[in-house]
Amino acid sequence: MSTKEATAVAPAPRRTVPEPQRPVKKRPAWDEAPRWQIYLPLSIYLVFTLIPFYWILLFALRPAGSTSLVPWPITFDHFEKVWTERAFATYFENSLLVGLATLVMTTLVALAGGYALARFNFKIKQAFMLALLCSQFVPGALLLVPLFEIFAELQMINSLGSVIIAETVFQLPLSMILISNFIKNVPYSLEEAAWVDGCNRFTAFRIVVLPLLRPGLIAVGSFAFVHSWNHFLFALMFLNNQSKQTIPVGLNTLMSADSVDLGALAAGGIIAAVPVVIVFAFIQKWLITGFSAGAVKG
Amino acid sequence: MAQAAAVAKPPAPPRRRRASATPRRLPYLLIAPAALLMLGFIAYPVISVFYYSLQNYNPTKPWRNGYAGFDNFVHAFTEDPIFWDTLVFSAKWVVVEVGLQLLFGLALALIVNQTFVGRGLGRAMVFSPWAVSGVLTSAIWVLLYNSQTGITRYLADLGLGSYGTSWLSDTSTVFPAAIVADLWRGVPFFAILILADLQSVSKDLYEAAEVDGASRIKQFWHITLPHLKDAIILSTLLRAVWEFNNVDLLYTLTGGGPAGETTTLPLYIANTSVDAHNFGYASALTTVAFVILLFCSMVYLRLSKFGGGDK
Repeated sequence: MSTKEATAVAPAPRRTVPEPQRPVKKRPAWDEAPRWQIYLPLSIYLVFTLIPFYWILLFALRPAGSTSLVPWPITFDHFEKVWTERAFATYFENSLLVGLATLVMTTLVALAGGYALARFNFKIKQAFMLALLCSQFVPGALLLVPLFEIFAELQMINSLGSVIIAETVFQLPLSMILISNFIKNVPYSLEEAAWVDGCNRFTAFRIVVLPLLRPGLIAVGSFAFVHSWNHFLFALMFLNNQSKQTIPVGLNTLMSADSVDLGALAAGGIIAAVPVVIVFAFIQKWLITGFSAGAVKG
Repeated sequence: MAQAAAVAKPPAPPRRRRASATPRRLPYLLIAPAALLMLGFIAYPVISVFYYSLQNYNPTKPWRNGYAGFDNFVHAFTEDPIFWDTLVFSAKWVVVEVGLQLLFGLALALIVNQTFVGRGLGRAMVFSPWAVSGVLTSAIWVLLYNSQTGITRYLADLGLGSYGTSWLSDTSTVFPAAIVADLWRGVPFFAILILADLQSVSKDLYEAAEVDGASRIKQFWHITLPHLKDAIILSTLLRAVWEFNNVDLLYTLTGGGPAGETTTLPLYIANTSVDAHNFGYASALTTVAFVILLFCSMVYLRLSKFGGGDK
């Protein structure tokens, strides 16, 4: 689609083609794969993808001790047990809080920084970009000890705030790079036109740019949410109190028990998956466009 | 993308900036929150890791704390066989995992990029494990691999293998078992990125190639693959770093076992600091991991042509 890519690839086969694009028949060649070459490998891969999902559903819904391969008779005992006895209700609430707070903080901070990177040239810009890229290679897992000490110093151990800050910080670099790419794709002249009409910079941004950023923001925001919802180590390290723990930690507790209650584990896993599945269904449309607009090409 | 950027000319000359009241300070104000967060919670911890790597530091043995010079590093490289084992396993894990993810991800992206009946649903199902967390992946595969009611039981019913096998506790099967579990979640990541990049291949090129009579395989080698090259290089590198660093899955699935068979360097570091409280030594190992990753970062920056302006 973009001219840059087209020219980058052009030298090889394109030269030999008569330049004026005559109306070629509609179907592009790439679409002409025989049907079985699509459906056969896809079905095989789907089996591999879906069996694990079926497995967890099976364990969650069939009575304890059953070895039937069909979840019948259906029982919701495992869900009840995990939700109340194993405190998943609390975990769920905590995870939701962490996820939403991370989403909001990441998006706001990355939006501000991304705008600066997209629209201004300033002295430390190159250094700052370099720092953003380098931070991608700093593994949060390796900073557990110093981070723990910082949060201990701030009296934030056992407070969800510590996890929210840590998640946000490690989401920021990539989110900011993505958002700045999205903003670059919005012509500056649109903003300038709004200034001429009397908007100040902020209003112009809010009225003109922000609506165009929607797909990008949705992609970045849902990444932040899903990632912090899923992430495990920070919560494991910084939250000792059971009433503060999050779903992944709860799952780990279930798994590391001496005799694993498989039904409870399966039910807990499904509870963990529900919000992610909802987010995923919601953003799937935007995912591909969001990525192709801003991501990898950086 | 490129056209838009060309129109936007981000570093616009300041002559028309009448609406911006404080253009000089504004960018700094805008990046301040991000910069402060990153200074406090990434840069400072990194520096303190370097500092601790030169110290004996163990909160449970305070009498031994103090400056240690390069003792920690010397110990790692000369006296700690586990360190070397974990390094070798990390390399093996990353290479196999990223290689297979790329291979399957590419194939999958090419397939779901075709037009066929049920494409939307097919894409959704194929991509769905992408959003599943490492811990949940572990939970699912613990259910699949468990020796009593796992998949091996039903395979044994069919006459394949024997009852009571647990792939995760056998040193000869734990590596492929863990690899498959992580592939399940990792392949969609590649497929999504590659599919996104496939959207920007100009259809004209294929039409032109078809006029020339190029076969579909030729089209793949001469049009699709060159187009995807950048995306593939970047995503493999990012993914390699991510696979190296990420401990969620192995920590919960195998715990690094059996017999330390699946312990990566970061997992070893986590165990050294969390269980053994040997923060000084863990910091030294972390520094080693940083150096390895820094090498990757440099390759990454070189390939992404970083700093080449804003296009």
